[in-house]
Amino acid sequence: MSSQTSDQPVLSAARPLPAAKAVRKSFSSPLGSLFVIVVTILWTIPTFGLLATSLRPQQDVAVSGWWNVFAHPNLLLSNYHTVLFDGGYGVQGGLMPYLVNSLAISVPATVFPLVLASMAAYALAWVRFRGSDTLFFLIFALQVVPLQMALIPLLQLFSGGAHLGGVTVIPKFDLSGTYAPVWLAHTMFALPLATFLLHNFISQLPRDLMEAAVVDGATHFKIFRSIVLPLCTPALASFAIFQFLWVWNDLLVALTFAGGTPEVAPMTVRLAQLSGSFGGHWEVLTAGAFLSIIIPLLVFFGLQRYFVRGLLAGSVKG
Amino acid sequence: MPVTSPLLADSAWNDAAIKLGNSFGAIAGFLGILLVVFFAAGRATGRFGRPLAIAVFLGPAVLLLLVGLVAPLIRTVYLSFRNDDSTKFLGAKNYTWAFTNDSIHQVLLNTLLWLVVAPLAATGLGLALALLVDRMRWQSLYKSLIFMPMAISLVGASIIWKFVYDTRSSAQAQIGLLSQLAVWLGWKNPPNWILSHPLNDFLLMVVMVWVQTGFAMVVLSAAIKAIPDEVTEAARLDGAGGLRLFWYVTVPMIRTTLVVVLTTVMIVTLKAFDIVRTMTGGNFGTQVLANEMYSQSFVQFNVGRGSALAVILFLAVLPLVAYNIVQLRKERATR
Repeated sequence: MSSQTSDQPVLSAARPLPAAKAVRKSFSSPLGSLFVIVVTILWTIPTFGLLATSLRPQQDVAVSGWWNVFAHPNLLLSNYHTVLFDGGYGVQGGLMPYLVNSLAISVPATVFPLVLASMAAYALAWVRFRGSDTLFFLIFALQVVPLQMALIPLLQLFSGGAHLGGVTVIPKFDLSGTYAPVWLAHTMFALPLATFLLHNFISQLPRDLMEAAVVDGATHFKIFRSIVLPLCTPALASFAIFQFLWVWNDLLVALTFAGGTPEVAPMTVRLAQLSGSFGGHWEVLTAGAFLSIIIPLLVFFGLQRYFVRGLLAGSVKG
Repeated sequence: MPVTSPLLADSAWNDAAIKLGNSFGAIAGFLGILLVVFFAAGRATGRFGRPLAIAVFLGPAVLLLLVGLVAPLIRTVYLSFRNDDSTKFLGAKNYTWAFTNDSIHQVLLNTLLWLVVAPLAATGLGLALALLVDRMRWQSLYKSLIFMPMAISLVGASIIWKFVYDTRSSAQAQIGLLSQLAVWLGWKNPPNWILSHPLNDFLLMVVMVWVQTGFAMVVLSAAIKAIPDEVTEAARLDGAGGLRLFWYVTVPMIRTTLVVVLTTVMIVTLKAFDIVRTMTGGNFGTQVLANEMYSQSFVQFNVGRGSALAVILFLAVLPLVAYNIVQLRKERATR
């Protein structure tokens, strides 16, 4: 900790401190570092406790706290076996089908809004037309609509179609028991934010490049495919990761459009059910919870350097 | 179940393969259609080229937004003036119910409390960490660990914290960390945290702060790094330093980002219902608007009341986003 501050006086004597560092310097003290370390430990302990508990035998979990693993390490994987394949404690069947559902929901619900939003963002940024600014702000403003508000009408639309005075505007689809309503709902709800973030990025592409392409006679479709998409890969990738995490972690949309059946319901729905029925059986509940966070955590730790950089590219201006 | 049996029956594997196959098929079909449309529309030239491009690029997004958000918005407002199964017009009755019913008073009060405490705590803590962490060794390790809860679902986070708050009677050993800490500190009989109102409200907010602080930290840290050196340099030459520099230079320079972070966390807080739903189910005086709305519509099947609560939720977020748009317009004007 102190090694960081020790070379500071030498540096400042040689030349003025770089600006941002000057501010930070006044905040960096052993006390400040201690604060960061304490917060980091506090932030990590709950998750660690979850992992530790999920690996302990039932009789241990019931009588002693997870911190006892340090004194008496006695770890096994059978809780995971129970949760994934057996169920138990009044619960029928394991989590496995729900895990598959989560994956089958998350991947398309990431790709669809990403493609549609990048198309919209390109049009709003580079195919300027009258009212394109207004349209951009309207789309941004739609973020306010709480999902809760859209659920009932959307559910009614999917099950009954849309009618205006006896005329069927949209026929009814029989989508129940499929992933389609969940994909559609996630795509619709993700569009405002996705369009906003990608627009910030796409609108900052060099103007010369775009104009040169137009002079060369490229259509908007060609520009989009051969210039915009390749140059936007960091932003697209970062938003894809975020959207994947959101969809994977979503409970509300899944609960409403997928119900609770093993055919379509994802992990979060099942886990919320289990937290009721497993009650005091922490060893299985924690195993289930850890299973549900392991894939997002892998995605997060594997790709975080890309997505933090890409996400911030458009949203924080210098 | 005999130990020798395979982990999963063949039918389960088949099932998984079919499900995932359908998903990837849907993606392939979607991209295929787009490719065909792009190819066809790209051949159009002359004065139809531009309008066609606008229609193709914006059409799907605008259509989905109309069907998925705009129409439901209008319809929910309409439903909020009707009775439980939407067959009769009630006038403003659902709204008077929402604002006069005692249990809903509690809900509105809780929601307001959440809206003030959780975002301010998460943003404040995030700002402090952003200022402190950058000069430390292993900073990326600290950042990753603090940011990690962001990747965990609110349901998962709720279970994690439910376990921290678990309480046993004093005759047994505690297995919840908080209760054990209380015992270690000499508190013989720790209370059942989740049941003690109004403490439980704040204990639930801790979960939200735990999830959101990392997000605030990462975004604010990037904003602080983006402040041009000349600006702080000029202020330093004028004799500003330390805390003054922070208040008069850093904070104004990152104000837009601060507002964006605060708004984002507020919107998440207002709409999130997973925490309350998973931890207490809205009992013991912890109910919030988002969860009550869900219960009214989908548990008690009173669509009218549920819709009225959704409209109230909508009106509560509206000023936040309106303010953000004003900021955004200013920023675009100077660009």
